[in-house]
Amino acid sequence: MKVFYSGTVRYVAGRLGQALLQLVGVVTIVFVVLRLTGDPAQLLVPQQATAADIARVRHQLGLDQPLWTQYLHYLAGICRFDFGYSYVQNRPALSLIMERLPYTVDLALAALVISVIVGIPIGMVSAVQRRRLLGRAAMPFVLVAQSMPAFWLGLLLILVFGVWLRVLPTSGAEGLQSLVLPAVTLASLSFATVARITRSSFLEQVGAEYVKTARSHGAGMGRVLFGHVLRNASIPIVTLIGLEIASLLGGAVITETIFAWPGIGQLTVQSIDARDFPVVQAIVLFVALVYIAANFATDMLYSVIDPRVRTTAAEG
Amino acid sequence: MTTVHEDPAGARPEARPSVRVPRLRRPAWARVRDSRAALPFAIVLAIYVVMALAPSWFVHAPSLSSDLSARLLPPGAVRDGVTHWLGTDQLGRDLLNRLVYGTRVSLAIAFSAVLCAGAFGTFLGVVAGFARGALAAIVMRVADIVLSIPFFLLAILTVVALGPSLVNVVVCLTLVRWPRYTRVAYAQTLEAQGKEFVRSARAIGASGPWIVWRHILPEVLPSVIVVATLELGTMVIYEASLSFIGLGVQPPTPSWGAMLSDGREYIATAWWLTTFPGVALFILVLCVNLLGDHVRDRLDPTDQGRSR
Repeated sequence: MKVFYSGTVRYVAGRLGQALLQLVGVVTIVFVVLRLTGDPAQLLVPQQATAADIARVRHQLGLDQPLWTQYLHYLAGICRFDFGYSYVQNRPALSLIMERLPYTVDLALAALVISVIVGIPIGMVSAVQRRRLLGRAAMPFVLVAQSMPAFWLGLLLILVFGVWLRVLPTSGAEGLQSLVLPAVTLASLSFATVARITRSSFLEQVGAEYVKTARSHGAGMGRVLFGHVLRNASIPIVTLIGLEIASLLGGAVITETIFAWPGIGQLTVQSIDARDFPVVQAIVLFVALVYIAANFATDMLYSVIDPRVRTTAAEG
Repeated sequence: MTTVHEDPAGARPEARPSVRVPRLRRPAWARVRDSRAALPFAIVLAIYVVMALAPSWFVHAPSLSSDLSARLLPPGAVRDGVTHWLGTDQLGRDLLNRLVYGTRVSLAIAFSAVLCAGAFGTFLGVVAGFARGALAAIVMRVADIVLSIPFFLLAILTVVALGPSLVNVVVCLTLVRWPRYTRVAYAQTLEAQGKEFVRSARAIGASGPWIVWRHILPEVLPSVIVVATLELGTMVIYEASLSFIGLGVQPPTPSWGAMLSDGREYIATAWWLTTFPGVALFILVLCVNLLGDHVRDRLDPTDQGRSR
């Protein structure tokens, strides 16, 4: 028991340290990228600002100080949840993000549900029936979906359901109906990944000894698949789903733009158009932090589901 | 050069002692070469490449001239004796013309991004795998961090910082995608170093760069090529996505993503503006992905037997 606990503590501590390192790294990269431009003050002020305005902003932001000091200030600001300030809107960038976040979360969750409902069965069929027609048709279908740029799919959906059939709203966020098209568009990004992982995870399991044993004891294929294989194959799938939530937040940029969905993706593009760069920077940072947190959470979940993870990690 | 370096070359696989089990499979490239199933996709890709290199073989007039009296003509419309097979756009420019010229931007950026990110990423991965120690730890940590930022957002931030242009889009895609190659190259380098012929070369006294060039790189390259072919399609989509939100190549240079974005405003009246650039994009990405899948099935040592 003692060994077990020290292993767990070491695993969690190590993983936490790794996540913190990633956080600092992301902040550093965002800082460096912004400094690539030369003079961030130019980017931070509205386009019509005078030279005096720029000088004031530069002083206000401490841009006249050495780079190293600036970096520490920036890091300290992040720790206080200070993600920057929008000079275009005269509001903290974080409050702008928080205002839009619920819409993006709705959209990402809806897309995730669709991609799980569609992706897992397709992956299962293509793995289990891989010598039959249905199973062999599944992966090319996934490949076609994967090659479909999300924004083009979105435009086609608008063309068919909005312009020709006139059955679904194509812009805005009013009610469940307006969620359908954006969610399907966004799901097209992740459903292929879910299907692929499900397939490879199932292929690893169907040849396993326990499947043969269960079959030889007279269990039907359906029972073996859902009772045994799905459970054993689920760990990589669960991990992937955890990561997909975060990448859907990032992938929402294009989808939200097409459907005028008022989430953080639309905010990103609006901020680019308005040259409101502190907001763009804050969004990147915010989504990256969510991504790291989700990554950490799934790893923790993973080690709860499968004890081998923490013991082998502690040994290694 | 001749005497000293001939010796480690003698430790290459084909010159190994005969006690080893002979290779049953033919070399990887031979298997790729005679794969007939992938030929149609390769032909389509070749057509795209020719369109990018010599657009004047396909269409006549330069695409930059605008004629407002000929705006938004439907596909097949004839005007002033010129047939607009795919119609015209909101400025009266021939859509087919712009599509063909847009191939150039799409392929140039995708190929350059894959080449730059592949070369840079592979170099870092091989060096890190060969040197190990602190250098490897730093390189691999940075790779992890870059991968933990959602890449489309990182790409947006980079292009915003550098300013949108063809070169900057390539730079940005390189900065965002190199870790994919680094991870693969690093793992393969570590694996190769445990192999007998590398250890023998080391024992004979071959220099580090020689071992990397002659023995490790040939082991690493197949996996890197697999990643690169799968990345190519992704890069085409990324370029289109960036130009869709106005961060790609700037007008009037035609780019499929920007054409789709412009067509969005006329979607209720001019369906062809949003349909044809998308079709061109979709067919290109599909062919590249099918080819990539094929190359992976043939080349990837870790995927052998799993997919069949």
